[in-house]
Amino acid sequence: MSAGEIRVPINSDQDIVLARQKGRSLAAEAGFSAVDSTLIATAISELARNIVSYAKKGEIILQPLHNSHRTGISIVASDHGPGIPDIRLALRDGFSTSGSLGLGLPGVRRLVDEFQIASSIGQGTVVKVTKWRPDHRED
Amino acid sequence: MEVPILKQGEFLIATIQAALSDADLEQLRMALVQRVVRYRSRAVIVDVTAMDVMDSFASRTLREIALMIRLRGAETVIVGIQPEVAFAMVQLGLTLEGVGTALDLEEGLAYLNQKFKTVN
Repeated sequence: MSAGEIRVPINSDQDIVLARQKGRSLAAEAGFSAVDSTLIATAISELARNIVSYAKKGEIILQPLHNSHRTGISIVASDHGPGIPDIRLALRDGFSTSGSLGLGLPGVRRLVDEFQIASSIGQGTVVKVTKWRPDHRED
Repeated sequence: MEVPILKQGEFLIATIQAALSDADLEQLRMALVQRVVRYRSRAVIVDVTAMDVMDSFASRTLREIALMIRLRGAETVIVGIQPEVAFAMVQLGLTLEGVGTALDLEEGLAYLNQKFKTVN
């Protein structure tokens, strides 16, 4: 386990709340603004919800990132659920808007700076996102 | 955590006081719809000031509450969406289309009082 890593098992809708609260406090500790902490908490909420809705259980791993020139937070959401048959389709805005809101992945991608997804049918899904603290940027 | 629902004249006021799980939101939806029927309320205010995250499930549930209540001939106003929450919702692509919103409880009440006064 890496330093500062927080693992949150996701087994129920209560864990969604727990995961995003932990993410928010980690973001605040890392010096993120209130807006960015909210974006991070919201992204975690969506990723954790996908786990509960589609895989029933999984895990969110939160990790503060520091290097010489920037600070950030990494969020990894993993499960051993059914997997996503068509990732390109799942990343398209407006996909599955009828009834359910779909996976919400295009929205999550807009909330963060880096977004990676790997999924295989019957094996599960891993979504890894990173948000950097915008110290020298205007946004 | 149960959301308290206050009856104030012809209006109902639900004040969310902490982070809500999906189950809590569903419970709120049921409780509000039942009470609108029981009290023949004309409008519902949902105060979300204390909500620090409004994700897709929360906004969908609020929209459903508003639609169900509209079918009863009553109106819903969501008040107190925090600026950073609004920012995140827009980034996420969430809208509360067709649902009334107001800055805070006071504004929401003022809007409804005005509206139902002019109707009478």
